[in-house]
Amino acid sequence: MSTRITRRRSGFSVRLLAPLLLAPLMLAPAAMAAEAEGHGGEPAHVNWQDWKANNQIGDQASLQRGAANFANYCASCHSLKYLRYERMAKDLGIPDDLLRKNLMPDGAKPTDYMMVNFPKADAEAWFGKLPPDLSLITRSKGSDYVFQFLKGFYVDESTATKSNNLALPGAAMPAVLSELEGVKRAVFAEHGTVGGHGGGPVVERFDEVAAGSLSPEKYDAFVRDTVNYLSYAGEPSQLQRGALGIWVVLFLLVFTGFAWLLKREYWRDVH
Amino acid sequence: MGGHSSETVPARTGFMGWLNKRLPVDAFVKGSMTEYYAPKNFNIWYFFGSLALLVLVMQLITGVFLTMHYKVGEATAFDSVEYIMREVPYGWLLRYLHSTGASAFFIVVYLHMFRAMLYGSYKAPRELLWLFGMVIYLALMAEAFMGYVLPWGNMSFWGAQVIVNLFGTIPVIGPGLVEWIRGDYGIADATLNRFFSLHVVAVPLVLLLLVALHLVALHETGSNNPDGVEIKDNKDAKGNPVDGIAFHPYYTIKDVFGVGVFLTLFCIVVFFIPTFGGIFLEKPNFEVANAMSTPDHIAPVWYFTPFYAILRAVPDQQLGALAMALSLVCLVLLPWLDRAPVRSIRYRGWMWKTALTLFVISFVTLGYLGLMPPSPLYTTLARICSVVYFAFFVLMPIYTRLDPVKPVPTRLTYDHE
Repeated sequence: MSTRITRRRSGFSVRLLAPLLLAPLMLAPAAMAAEAEGHGGEPAHVNWQDWKANNQIGDQASLQRGAANFANYCASCHSLKYLRYERMAKDLGIPDDLLRKNLMPDGAKPTDYMMVNFPKADAEAWFGKLPPDLSLITRSKGSDYVFQFLKGFYVDESTATKSNNLALPGAAMPAVLSELEGVKRAVFAEHGTVGGHGGGPVVERFDEVAAGSLSPEKYDAFVRDTVNYLSYAGEPSQLQRGALGIWVVLFLLVFTGFAWLLKREYWRDVH
Repeated sequence: MGGHSSETVPARTGFMGWLNKRLPVDAFVKGSMTEYYAPKNFNIWYFFGSLALLVLVMQLITGVFLTMHYKVGEATAFDSVEYIMREVPYGWLLRYLHSTGASAFFIVVYLHMFRAMLYGSYKAPRELLWLFGMVIYLALMAEAFMGYVLPWGNMSFWGAQVIVNLFGTIPVIGPGLVEWIRGDYGIADATLNRFFSLHVVAVPLVLLLLVALHLVALHETGSNNPDGVEIKDNKDAKGNPVDGIAFHPYYTIKDVFGVGVFLTLFCIVVFFIPTFGGIFLEKPNFEVANAMSTPDHIAPVWYFTPFYAILRAVPDQQLGALAMALSLVCLVLLPWLDRAPVRSIRYRGWMWKTALTLFVISFVTLGYLGLMPPSPLYTTLARICSVVYFAFFVLMPIYTRLDPVKPVPTRLTYDHE
């Protein structure tokens, strides 16, 4: 069984990695819940600066879902210029046929880096700049930042994209995931900023403008998987270094134990 | 080293005999290892010298392999580092060993220097030993700074900008000097190329030479020890120190154990927390150098931050740079500022103990403050700590003379476990 999604802004259509993406797509549209939290007598506000990605790099299924998410929603604008398709599929346990069928644009070779054929003039006309390469975004900004960014879009009629972002005010990127998340309006507190929350604007609550195809929980999971994949793309070796590191450290502990016994033996004659 | 002539070495036959007539192998091994006597009461503080040597060798070896894949140049440097991280087999390991090694180098060197302060190891007759050590430390700072520029990340670029501009505060020659260092009107390709040359050739050669001098000077005076007692004052009938033990096998074996403990901790960082939460590898350095985009907060790597905090604590940039330079000069002058009649903290009085404690607190606090973005509270704290830092040195000739010291034993103390 395979599911087909045609991307709204894509230059090519990508057949989904069916087993990986089935779950989120089967979901019925769910209403956006206002995420306001009240603390005792304080006015309620959304602690968006405290949103954590909590992604698990060891969760291979999550990485595979993230790879599909990226291929379907991000890859036509954003490159991962240091990552090859083949390397990614090998690291994430994705079979070659699924890679070629679902995760690569037409005409790409498995050994290619994940580049974007985005006409520069178009990009500058539409966004004012080229969409950035995302290879190292989780390393330079942190996974939590990307998580907050992908959940931080709200309606803002004053901008060219009709949207704005809490994590990156004035973001050039349109709210391309709104068909999944829904469209929300941010209601800001009248008074400035809250201490201890990075000094950003205080959001009292979100009001739903249009529902998305995913429930808030499922959208969080979608973003978490995507961030997880970007975290992998930022440092593919992190999948190996832990596995190798365990053996290295175990060896060193045994070595150090024997070194201690040897030292004690030699030092018996020191009085 | 050690002044043993080949006459004291029993004659050997065969290949070693042939070799010893042409190269003093046995004499060297005896003089600096098997018959080089070190005090038997070394404690945990005495591991860090050999560990510093280990890290130096590790940096040289990983550096050689990194240089095989690194491509110097403002258009290629950043990408080549990512190439090493992703495409070179075990390139990520080489790079993390090298980047973690830089921080480990400073950790062991700071502990090694603090050991000298605890036990007065810089006092006569070991002033020159301390001086060589201080020059090693300064060369290491230059080495680390230039190495940090090589990945050509945004913090590399702006860090280089800030540090190199400090030379511009020198009166008269400053502006010309900065241009001469950079080789351009800004931090640019020319700067990157010369820093690469200095980082992989010039400074490592200087470091190796200085380490050799440091060791020769050490073997001439012999090691100090936690009691600060000269073991050479008590010799047996054969002329060997009564409280000394042969460096090999006793300390070589003990150091192997120390190496094991160190490498265990080191590898935990390398394999599991290589960026150390953004302290060993800073986040903005995962963006390529960009003269148009200043990072929100420019901070040097942690090992420079105590001095950076002193620089920022002074309102005037020129005086700040001077204060930073003086904070290093103070350390160099330590053997002549300390007038105490005893070496070890074990026999010093409350004044030295109090002063040293305050110094450590101020140094560590300055290190923390240098990492943080400035704020009014932090600036005040940094000023207080800077005053404490300088007071420790400036008042030292006074309080070390007045300090009520305890009598020093004639033999060193050693509890056999």
